[in-house]
Amino acid sequence: MSKVTLTINGKQVTVPAGTSVLDAAREAGFFIPTLCHDPANPGFGACRLCVVEIKGARNMPASCVTEATNGMVVETESPAVMQARRTIIELLLANHPTECLTCDKNGDCRLQDYAYRYDVRQASFEGEKHDYPLEDSNPYIIRNMNKCVLCGKCVRTCAQVEDRQVIDFTFRGFQTKVAPAMNTDLAGSDCVYCGRCVAVCPVGALLYKPMAGKARTWELTKKQTTCTFCDAGCQFDLNYKDGKVIGITANTPGEGRPLCLKGRLGLELLYVDKPLTPMLKKDGEFVEVTWAEVLGLESVFEKLKAQETQK
Amino acid sequence: MTNGIKEIADADFILATGTNTTEGHPIIGLQVKKALRNGATLVVVDPRKTEMAEMAQYHLQIKSGTDIALLNGFAHVIIAEDLWNKQFVQERTEDFEALKEIVAKYTPGYVAEITGVPAETIREVARGYAKAINASILYTMGLTQHICGTHNVFAVANLTMLCGQIGKASSGVNPLRGQNNVQGACDMGALPAFFPAYQPVANEANRAKFAAAWGVPEMPAGPGLTVPQIINAAGEGKIKGLYIMGENPALSDADANHAVHSLENLEFLVVQDIFLTETALLADVVLPAASFAEKDGTFSNTERRVQLIRKAVEPVGNAKPDWEIICLLSTAMGYRMQYDSPKEIMIEITQVTPSYGGITYDRLEQGSLQWPCPTTDHPGTPFLHTGKFGRGLGKFNPVEYVEPDELPDEEYPLVLSTGRRLYHYHTGTMTQRTGALEIAYAEEHLEVNPVDAANLGINDGDFVKVSSRRGEVTVAARITEKVAPGLVFTSFHYPEVAINKLTNAALDPISKIPEYKVCAVKVEKLPATAAEKAS
Amino acid sequence: MANITLTIDGIQVTVPKGSTVLEAAKTAGVFIPTFCHDPELSKPGACRICVVEIPGMRNLPASCVTEAQEGMVVNTQTPAILAARKTILELLLANHPEDCLTCPKNGECKLQEYAYFYGVKADTLKGAKHDYPVEDDNPFIVRDMNKCILCGRCIRMCDEIQGKHIIDFAYRGFNSKVTPAMDTPYSESDCAFCGNCVAVCPVGALSEKGMLRKGRRWEIQKVKTTCPYCGAGCNFDLNVKDGKVIGVTSTDGDVNGRALCVKGRFGYGFIHHPDRLTTPLIKKNGKFEEASWEEAINLVAEKLGGIKAKYGADANAILSSARCTNEENYLMNKFSRVVLGTNNIDHCARL
Ligand code: SF4
Ligand code: SF4
Ligand code: SF4
Ligand code: SF4
Ligand code: SF4
Ligand code: SF4
Ligand code: FES
Repeated sequence: MSKVTLTINGKQVTVPAGTSVLDAAREAGFFIPTLCHDPANPGFGACRLCVVEIKGARNMPASCVTEATNGMVVETESPAVMQARRTIIELLLANHPTECLTCDKNGDCRLQDYAYRYDVRQASFEGEKHDYPLEDSNPYIIRNMNKCVLCGKCVRTCAQVEDRQVIDFTFRGFQTKVAPAMNTDLAGSDCVYCGRCVAVCPVGALLYKPMAGKARTWELTKKQTTCTFCDAGCQFDLNYKDGKVIGITANTPGEGRPLCLKGRLGLELLYVDKPLTPMLKKDGEFVEVTWAEVLGLESVFEKLKAQETQK
Repeated sequence: MTNGIKEIADADFILATGTNTTEGHPIIGLQVKKALRNGATLVVVDPRKTEMAEMAQYHLQIKSGTDIALLNGFAHVIIAEDLWNKQFVQERTEDFEALKEIVAKYTPGYVAEITGVPAETIREVARGYAKAINASILYTMGLTQHICGTHNVFAVANLTMLCGQIGKASSGVNPLRGQNNVQGACDMGALPAFFPAYQPVANEANRAKFAAAWGVPEMPAGPGLTVPQIINAAGEGKIKGLYIMGENPALSDADANHAVHSLENLEFLVVQDIFLTETALLADVVLPAASFAEKDGTFSNTERRVQLIRKAVEPVGNAKPDWEIICLLSTAMGYRMQYDSPKEIMIEITQVTPSYGGITYDRLEQGSLQWPCPTTDHPGTPFLHTGKFGRGLGKFNPVEYVEPDELPDEEYPLVLSTGRRLYHYHTGTMTQRTGALEIAYAEEHLEVNPVDAANLGINDGDFVKVSSRRGEVTVAARITEKVAPGLVFTSFHYPEVAINKLTNAALDPISKIPEYKVCAVKVEKLPATAAEKAS
Repeated sequence: MANITLTIDGIQVTVPKGSTVLEAAKTAGVFIPTFCHDPELSKPGACRICVVEIPGMRNLPASCVTEAQEGMVVNTQTPAILAARKTILELLLANHPEDCLTCPKNGECKLQEYAYFYGVKADTLKGAKHDYPVEDDNPFIVRDMNKCILCGRCIRMCDEIQGKHIIDFAYRGFNSKVTPAMDTPYSESDCAFCGNCVAVCPVGALSEKGMLRKGRRWEIQKVKTTCPYCGAGCNFDLNVKDGKVIGVTSTDGDVNGRALCVKGRFGYGFIHHPDRLTTPLIKKNGKFEEASWEEAINLVAEKLGGIKAKYGADANAILSSARCTNEENYLMNKFSRVVLGTNNIDHCARL
C-alpha cells in the first residue's frame, strides 16, 4: 500500500494513503476532539469540532473528512483552532441544559470533556433551551432530547442495520430533533432496543433505563464480555459498582452483526445482581414476561416438558 | 526526639529554644498551638520575634549564642529555690554535685547581664518549668549551630534531668530534625564513626560482624571524616575523590567560598542529584537521580517514625533512583550489588540494624512504625528513656558559657543569624522550582531593626551590601522589629543571596557543626545605580 | 468505658456511651449524609442534612449532635426525613451555580453526591445566585464563594487545627459569606496558605489552583507517600494523571492527619520542572556533555578506583544525603565501607 508523509504539530508522521488527518493525528498521539465521528461509520463531518489548521488551506477543514496527503502541514491545537472549538462548544452549550449535577453521563460525556479541556463555562451565550419531555415510554432506553447535540451518530448506527432505520432527523433549525418516524416515541416505533444508539451517543441524551440513577460513571468499572447467545460475538460491558454488576451495556456489535436485546438481557440474567423482570411489547403495550420467553427458550422448554411427560 | 510529635499537644509547659517551629516545622507547630489552646505555657527563646514568639507567654529575646548562660541560670534558680526533682535525680542520674557547683555562679542577675533577659523573667520561667506536670523542650539548629552546640544540648539535658521532665509521655527533649530524612541517614550509618543503628566503627566486634554480613574480609578501622573535615581535607588536597549524593555544600556550607574552592581542588567530583545544583556545576560527572515521587523507599521522621514513600510516576528522562545508581557503580567497581526493589534492601537492613529489626514493608503498608522495633511482633516505641537511659544512669554534664567564635567589633558591628522561611526549603533547589512557592515568596531580604536602619541611613527595600571577613552578598533590606537592635537575619534558601559565603565555619569541637547562627558583619547601603546592577 | 445499645433502622448496635447517633450509625453501617460535620472538628449541628427520626423527640434531631442513648430507636430513612433532606438540598441548590460541567470538584463533591442520591434537580426551586468574583490572586488557592454552602468547616479547620483563625462568617442572610476579616482576599490576610481549609471543603468553593484544568477527579490516581521537605514526616496523596503528578491532596497521615503546610501541599512542581536532570553528564574541556549511563558509571568507577589505588582508600569520601531514603543511605554506607574501603562518609545532618 502506498504511504504518505505529513507533518503534524511539527512531528513527521507516515500513514497509509487514504488515512484521514484525524486518524493520522490520533495515531501520532495527538488529541483531536470529535462528536459526530464514529470510527465504525466514518466520513460524516458535521459537528466540525475536529477542525485543524492546514497550511495553505482556506478555512479550517474538519480533520475526520480530510484525507492526509504528502507534505501536508497540520496544526491541531493552534490558537485559531482552539478559538473555533471554543465557539462550537459555546454554541452547543447555549442550547444545552447544564445538568451535570445529576446527569447519568457526568464523568463520561464528550461535551463535558471538551468544555473542560477548552475551559468553556456555560454562561457565555444565553441561548434558548429546549423543553422536550423526557421520553421513557419503554423499559430499556431513556431519551432526553434536551441534551442531544445532533451529532447523528445514533441515526447512522441504527441505519447501518438493514430494516431498522428507526430514528432520523426531523424538523429544521432550532427545532431539529432526532426521533422515530412521525416524531413518535420509541415505544411506538419498530425499535428493537438493541442499544446501538446508546453505545455511540457522546452525551447524556440516550441512557439505559435499568441503570439510570444507580451510579455515577466514575463509580463504575467496566469489564468487557462476549455475548454467547449466538455466534456473532457481539461485545458487551459488565458494569460493576462496589463489586456488583448493576447493568449490561452494549459495547460493539460483532462484525456485520446488529447487537440485539436478547443478548443483552441474557447477560443481565447471567450477571446482574438483581435483574429487573424483562418486558416485551405485546399488542403495542409493554408487559412483563418470563426470562424463558424473552430469551426464546419458551419452545425449548415446551419440548423438554413434553418429553418429560412422555416418559 | 524522646517523644512523639502528637505528645507535644499534651504538654502543659513548652520551652522552645532556637526553633522557629511554625515556619521550619509547620505541622509540629500545630501541636504547639494545640497545647496552647489546652492551656499550656509556652516559652520561646529566640533572638527574633517570630510567629512562635508572638504566641508565647514568655519571649526571651536573648543575645545570639548565650543559650548556655540562660539554661544554667534556670538550673541555678531551680536548685536555689529547691524545686528540683530529688527522687528522679537520686534514682536515675549521677554527678548532680558537679552541676550544682558549676551553675552556682549563674545567678539571675549575672545571666541577665549576659543574655539581656530580665532576672525576674528567668526566675519565673525556671519555676514554671520545674513545677510543670509535663514539660517538653523543643530545639533545632538555633541551638546546635554554634561552636558550643554540643554544650548547649548538654545544658538542655541537665535541665530536664534536674526536674525529671523526661521518660514520660509529653515530657522530654525534642530536637526537630531539619530535613526529611536526617534521622534515617544517621540510623543507616551515613556517619563516619558508626555503622547502621549507631554501632561504633571503632569496635572490633562490630567491624567483624559487618565484614561477615557484607561478605568481605575486613572493614576499614580508621576514623572517618565529617562533612566540614572532608571539605577542608579536599581544600588541602588530602581528599582527591568525592561522591556527593543529593547535597549542595556549595551553597549550604558555612563559609561557602571556601567550600567552593575546596571542591574545585578535587581531582574528581561526582554529583548525583535531581537538578544541576551549584555543587553539580563543579562536578566532573553528574548523575541524574529520581525524585521522591519516582521511587519506593522509606523515610524516618524526627520522632523515629519509619514511613513509606511510593513511586507514583516514572523517573523523568533517563534518571534513575539513587539506590539503582549506587548498585550500578558498586557492581562496576567489582562488588556486586543487586536488589529487585527497596523492599529487598530493607530486608537486609533489618538483619544488621537491631532497632529496625522488626520493620517490614508489609507492616509499613498497614501504617508507620517508630523504632526501636526489634522484632516483627514489636509494636514500635513512641517515647524513649522510660525507666532508664541508654547508658544506665543519666549523667549530668555541666558546661560553662563561652562567647561565640566571632563577636561584633568596630569593623563588623552587627551579628548575622541565618535560618528558614515557611515557603522555602534548604538551598531552594526544589522550592524555587514549584510554580507556586517561589511566586508567593519571590525575593529574599535582610531583616534589620529600625534603630540600626536609621543609623545606617537605610530605608525599607533599599539594596544593601552585607559583608563578613569571608565574603559578601547583596540583598534588599526589610526593616522590622522582628530582630533586636544589633542583629540582622536572612535565610539560606536563595542562590542569589548565597549567605553562607559570609557565615563562620568555626566548628563545635565535639559535633563538628559550624557556627551558622552567629557571625559578625557590616551592612552598607548601596548607591542606587549599584543596586540596580545588583538586582 | 460503659457501652450502650440502640437500634438504627432495625439494626442493633453497641457503642461507647457518649457517642453521637451519627457515630453509632456509622458503626452499624448505616449511611447518613453530612455537610457541616467533621470528625476532627467541633460540631455546630448547623446544616441539618443529617437529621433522623427518634420516637419521643420533637422535630427531627440532627444526628451529629444528638447523643445516643440506651434503648434508643432511630430511623434514618422515613419519608419525613427524605423530604427534609430534599428540601435542604433544594434550598442549597437554589442559590448554587449550575457549574458541575467544568467545576474542579465535579466527581468528589458532597452537594452533587447527595443531589444525585436523593434525586434532587438543580432547578427545583428558583433562587437568586451570587455573583462574587472568583478569587485567584494567590498562587495556591482559588476561592469561588458562589459555590460555598456555608458549612463552616474551613473556618473551624483554620481555627481549631491550623490555629490561625483567618476566616469567619461575615454579613447575614443571603449575603452570608466566609471571608478573612474586613472581607479582604486571602492574599491580604495572615493566611499561611497551608490549604487545610481546601482539604475539608465539601464542595468546589475552595480548590487547589495548581490542579485547575489539570484533570477531573475521576481521572486521578492517588498515591500515598511521605513529604520530602522537613523532618515532621507528613503523609499526603500524590495526585497522578497520565504519568504526571498534577497535585497533592490530604490523606489521613499518622503524624499530620489531613493537615499539611504550604510546602508539602503546594511544593510538588519541581517534580516535572524542565530543569530536571534527565541524562548523565560528563565534563569535557570544562563543558558538560551528555553521556550514556554505561559511559558515566564506568568513568566514575575508573576514577574513584584509580584514586583509591594511587592514594589509598582514605583519599575518597562520600557525602550521603538526608534527602534520600533509608535504603539509599544504607547502600551508600555499605558502598563506602566495602567498595571504597573508607569511613569518610557523612551527610549534612548538621545543617
Ligand atoms: S449530557 Fe454531558 S454536558 Fe450535558 S448534562 Fe449530561 S454530563 Fe453534562
Ligand atoms: S441522541 Fe446522542 S447520538 Fe443521537 S444525535 Fe443526539 S447526541 Fe448524537
Ligand atoms: S460545587 Fe459541586 S455541585 Fe457545585 S458546581 Fe461544583 S461539583 Fe457541582
Ligand atoms: S490556607 Fe490555612 S491559614 Fe489560610 S485560611 Fe486556609 S486554613 Fe487558614
Ligand atoms: S468554603 Fe467550603 S468549607 Fe468553607 S463554608 Fe464554604 S463550603 Fe464550607
Ligand atoms: S508538609 Fe510541611 S510540615 Fe509536613 S513534612 Fe512537609 S514540610 Fe514538613
Ligand atoms: S452534619 Fe449534622 S448538622 Fe450538619
